[in-house]
Amino acid sequence: MVVQTESFVMLSIVLFVLGAMGVLLRRNAIMVFMSIELMLNAANLALVAFARYWGNETGQLFVFFVITVAAAEVAVGLALIVAIFRSKRSINIDELHEMKG
Amino acid sequence: MLQLPSLETLNMGAALPAISIAAWACILLLIDLWIPKDRKILTVYLAAGNLVFAFIANLLVFNQSGDSFMGMYVADQFSGVMNLIIIGTALLSIVLSFDYLKRVGIERGEYYVLVLFVTAGAMFMAAANDLILIFVALELLSIPLYVLSAFRAPDIRSEEAGMKYFLLGAFASAFLVFGGAMVYGATGTTNLNEIAASAGMIIASNSSTSLFLLLGAALLLVGLGFKVAAVPFHEWTPDVYEGAPTPVTAFMSVAAKLGGFGSLLRILVVGMSAVTMTAGEPAVWQNVVAILAGLTMIVGNIVALSQANIKRMLAYSSIANAGYILMAVAAAGSPGLANEATRGALVYMLAYMFTNMGAFAVVIAVERANGGADLEHFVGLGKARPMLAIMMVVFMMSLTGIPLTGGFIGKALVFATTLNAGLVWLAIIGVLTSVVSAYYYVRVIVNMFLRDAEASTEEATPGYSTGVQWVAAVALGGTVLLGVLPTLITVLTDRVSLVASITP
Repeated sequence: MVVQTESFVMLSIVLFVLGAMGVLLRRNAIMVFMSIELMLNAANLALVAFARYWGNETGQLFVFFVITVAAAEVAVGLALIVAIFRSKRSINIDELHEMKG
Repeated sequence: MLQLPSLETLNMGAALPAISIAAWACILLLIDLWIPKDRKILTVYLAAGNLVFAFIANLLVFNQSGDSFMGMYVADQFSGVMNLIIIGTALLSIVLSFDYLKRVGIERGEYYVLVLFVTAGAMFMAAANDLILIFVALELLSIPLYVLSAFRAPDIRSEEAGMKYFLLGAFASAFLVFGGAMVYGATGTTNLNEIAASAGMIIASNSSTSLFLLLGAALLLVGLGFKVAAVPFHEWTPDVYEGAPTPVTAFMSVAAKLGGFGSLLRILVVGMSAVTMTAGEPAVWQNVVAILAGLTMIVGNIVALSQANIKRMLAYSSIANAGYILMAVAAAGSPGLANEATRGALVYMLAYMFTNMGAFAVVIAVERANGGADLEHFVGLGKARPMLAIMMVVFMMSLTGIPLTGGFIGKALVFATTLNAGLVWLAIIGVLTSVVSAYYYVRVIVNMFLRDAEASTEEATPGYSTGVQWVAAVALGGTVLLGVLPTLITVLTDRVSLVASITP
């Protein structure tokens, strides 16, 4: 059985929406961060599916860049989370309210 | 069979200014290890020297257009003008930073390296002609900015700013990637010229493919809307601007916007201008961008009214300014107006750059002298430091858009192109919100001159440093010169034509 491109794209849209909901609903910074990774990987899935559909490599190329950049983001993001945890002893994003106006 | 591109087909010379900055940033990171802690001024000189080199190189190749990396990077007059503005921003903010970093005790060489990376990212964004490069450049711009925002760690406000900027920035880039994936799915390519070539047919066919294209374009708009702080994607701006170290705020309020608008203009004008329902009509994204622009101007200006902290006020003011630039972007959707609108946006961004850098230079000086950036700290500045206060008056007038300042020229061009595009309602919103904005800009002036400080200003407060003085003076010169002699920049911008760079 050949899986249709539509199925992949539908799955990637579902994953993307799940990730976006996670970002909006989760309060733990690490969970928010993981939800963002889910969104990026949903985009990767769509890219690979489209690359198969079009029969060119541009989509796969894009995925390589996304994976690399996501790794760089992880490095910076986790460092920031550790720094916040050191000073606040919490990574709940609702408690980030030093500034108001 | 794998074919490696030869150096000739890569044609890296066209991208020399941006590449030299990115490469030098990597080298400087190593050199900095051998520079002793008390002589970090050397790093400043090395970074600034590289920026000056890139500035001159950019002027030399200004009239030659070409592309490098197989059509991914386009060096044309648009990227030429953008590069000049971006490098100028970086130079001013490096000069602005040195004294501040020393004062708050975060003097580290990485700071300048990160600024160089952001500069390179913004330059690549303005010249990117491919969704892949747009994404990579956006991250090259953003990731160092996350670090810079949190650079004052363990100061909790700075860490918080970095964290918020990081989470929302990464969220936004996920939208951008997904949007890019959808556009690729619809067209089978990530090159903007090729997207433009097939976009018109796809929309005309009215199939499910056109749905993907529209969804992709919308998600790209969301992703870049976050970067330029357009309403409703602006929530992060005030907190990040307030918490980040002030020179970083100054830098990112200009550089991130320049990069974002550079890419936005390229995606919409080069890639998507053919996305119309019927040929000859404005592009379908025009109304969406126009509504975003209207909302951005209204929310930015009205919320700015109630801010007591100048950094927060300038954050909302920068949101409002993004609205005015978006107005020009919306106008670019009308057929035949793309060039005029792009030129207007470029002049506006240059004026905004000078004015905003100057205003932040004054804020840094006041922070240093009076210990904070609240409206209260500006009270009596007219008496204590008349020069500083007069400079601030000019910057505030330029942000309001009063004649003889750069801000006026920028606004005049942007309003004119909006009216030409037939978006009368949008121009009316723009004028009305400009009037509203006068209230909070003038309030700063009133506080400086008409209210007297309650004594205790006699205490010998340290004068502001030479670096900050220079930046304020240069920004003042730029703002006034642009207002009196706008031909100086329109000579350059008149050669900009984004549409003509399409070679399908």
